[in-house]
Amino acid sequence: MTSYTTEIIDDGKMLINMGPQHPSTHGVINFLVETDGEVIDRAIPEIGYLHRGIEKIGEMVPYPGFMPYTDRVDYLAAMFANESYAMAVEKLLGLELPRRARYLRVIACELNRLASHLVGTGCMPMDLGAFTPFTHWVRERETANDLTEELCGARLTYNYLRIGGVSQDLPVGFDKRLLQYLDHIEPIIPEFNRLITGNEIFVKRLANVVPVTGEEAIAYGLVGPNLRASGVDWDLRRDLPYSAYGEMDFEVPIGKGVRGVVGDCYDRFVVRIEEMTQSIRILRQAVEGLPEGELTCKVPKKIKPPAGTDAFARTESARGELGCYLLADGTDKPARVRFRTGSFAAMCIIEDKSPGLMIADLVAFIASIDVVAPEIDR
Amino acid sequence: MQDLVSFLNSQLQTVFGLSETLFPYVAAAMVLAIAFGFTVFAAVYAGVFIFFERRIAGRIMSRIGPNRVGPQGLLQFIADAVKLIFKEDIIPTSADRPLFKLAPYLMFIGVVAGFAVLPFSHRVIAADLNVGLLYVLAITSITVVGVLMSGWASNSKWALFGGMRSAAQLVSYEIPSGLALLPAVLLSGSLSTQEIIMAQAGSPEHALTAGGWPWNWYIFHSPMMFVCFVIFFIAQLAEGARLPFDLPEGESELVSGYNTEYSGFRFGAYFTAEFANTWIAGALCVIVFFGGWQIPGAAVPSAEAIAASGATWTWFGYSIEYAGWGAFWLEALSFLFFIVKMAGVVFIIIQLRWTVPRVRIDQMMTICWKYLLPLTFACLFLILGWMIVLPWESTAALVVRIVMALAGAVLLALYAWRVRYNIHSAGDKVYPHWII
Repeated sequence: MTSYTTEIIDDGKMLINMGPQHPSTHGVINFLVETDGEVIDRAIPEIGYLHRGIEKIGEMVPYPGFMPYTDRVDYLAAMFANESYAMAVEKLLGLELPRRARYLRVIACELNRLASHLVGTGCMPMDLGAFTPFTHWVRERETANDLTEELCGARLTYNYLRIGGVSQDLPVGFDKRLLQYLDHIEPIIPEFNRLITGNEIFVKRLANVVPVTGEEAIAYGLVGPNLRASGVDWDLRRDLPYSAYGEMDFEVPIGKGVRGVVGDCYDRFVVRIEEMTQSIRILRQAVEGLPEGELTCKVPKKIKPPAGTDAFARTESARGELGCYLLADGTDKPARVRFRTGSFAAMCIIEDKSPGLMIADLVAFIASIDVVAPEIDR
Repeated sequence: MQDLVSFLNSQLQTVFGLSETLFPYVAAAMVLAIAFGFTVFAAVYAGVFIFFERRIAGRIMSRIGPNRVGPQGLLQFIADAVKLIFKEDIIPTSADRPLFKLAPYLMFIGVVAGFAVLPFSHRVIAADLNVGLLYVLAITSITVVGVLMSGWASNSKWALFGGMRSAAQLVSYEIPSGLALLPAVLLSGSLSTQEIIMAQAGSPEHALTAGGWPWNWYIFHSPMMFVCFVIFFIAQLAEGARLPFDLPEGESELVSGYNTEYSGFRFGAYFTAEFANTWIAGALCVIVFFGGWQIPGAAVPSAEAIAASGATWTWFGYSIEYAGWGAFWLEALSFLFFIVKMAGVVFIIIQLRWTVPRVRIDQMMTICWKYLLPLTFACLFLILGWMIVLPWESTAALVVRIVMALAGAVLLALYAWRVRYNIHSAGDKVYPHWII
């Protein structure tokens, strides 16, 4: 009656599916994990479960109509996909944005980065078994979402940006409320650090686990906080400033190996926490220095870039560089849309880094590179 | 319990004229009835604990927690249990059916049977076994079999992982947990839970030394005894599979561990057993280290006096007749003392659970074999020496105990201050509704 289906690979290893519905894969991803007891021999990411053909959809709809679809590239940080796409089209058309629109973009994006990092840093302790930090961060994220809702009417899929600017101005009193929120969240970050970042078990679980050196990070194409945690000092906002970031004064936190070696899981966590502080700093400057002016520049009624022209624009998303490539064919629809996302690149490193890890380490590693399943598959 | 059964039987014989031939059947029925009552008691106990835990967890996680069913959500656990019982009981087709069905009961029995030797007061104890401590350690180990069995029989790789982890963890931590209890056994000269509690008393002549004053608790006997308590506490966390040692069911790694495939009532059995287990851990801490149900100042009548009838409790100069109603209230008071102390220990277990992350399996093993075990042995031998140098009755030992108790009070105050600080540090800003 009983038939055991446990697959035994030739050398006595066990093949086990971690996913597609597994609590710690952050969405629908599958990891084919070959284990010898608790020690992993190989973990192969199997992606594609969330492929929705967003890039193909982009070729079917006119330029402005694709904007809502870009929200779905990364549901935790939709504003950046918005911005990448908008910037790519603006590059095609050679548009110059009004200053106020640039500032509004910075406000929207940094608020979104804050919300995204709240989830990212909240999920990481949760994957290690501590549930409380997550609920605290979700509590804070609620307010961030409320503010975004005031700004553009949506809490996750914003569709706030427009080609050549933004869709609407700040609501009345928004700047005051945003500053109030920043004053509120700033002292909570040290509280969070007391709760979990300094927790000895937490440190022991993350420090020295899966260190990624700077060279490796560059070789594997890691971007954003993952790249910076490996000690590579590279941030698009500072090094290739776009929208109004050139006028902002902020620091770029990089991994220093505070409790272990540079580029370990703990560094990736700490870098994100520090980035939140910097986001707060940028938000303050952007709100206080918000100039008057137009919301959008003059955009042609029919967007028809000449055939053969192409553009690649990238933004520093919460998950690293989010690039958008557009190829025009002279019609009102692009011939090719392509997104280059950080999560997809981050998946590549998992298989090579997995041999010899514990199952719990793999969970910590996946959590620390902060992948979001729809961003991998698009 | 045997005494109780034979007592009731003799009563039945004299009052109702029950014939001798029915004796074994009545006895069996009574044992069943008592066992039933016992299980209900353990289940209700676990239920109250679930309420306790969920509300505290809610507060820690800055949410409210259950507050709808019954006053303040006190009956939530009944609603949950009803829901679980009415759910479909799924047994996976490829599971090993007999083992799959048996496993939860082993787990449940292992925990519920442990309640038998927990003394809630001088007379409220189901069975005062002379090997009580050994019994409770042994019977709660049955849960390992249940967990391992469920992990294997589920025929799920995640459940198997959970079962194997649990076997490794529970078997390892049995050793420091058992060894950390040994000093108390040495001090009291008995394995009986009741006698260990009664040994935690000073001379009965003075109200300030008699009974359960903190300086009579074993935890303050010597610094090593305090270390033993910490070791025992950690080991009990591991045995109860509570965070930071909840590896057997680590939900983010192993989906749900050994009980992944269980649903409905069987899952409820696991759930209840797990929570009841935490109460047992708390109760053991109280029995062995915190003076059990002893009331400060109350001198327990000796066994001989009780046997000779006319025994009295002495409490701050008052004599309370052992067989009278005064003793009933005294027993109720000691019941309260026991529960409050136990709740204190359980509170810390809950607070830990909702604060710290999980350790990795190799770290869990390292903690046990490389740190706890040598430390326990060292403590055991040091306490042996201490017992020779400073016997329990000597004044010097009493002074040491009082100093230790004061240090303990400072530690407790420090803990309370720290908790208060962390609660209030974010201030009203925890609830940001004022912004929007």
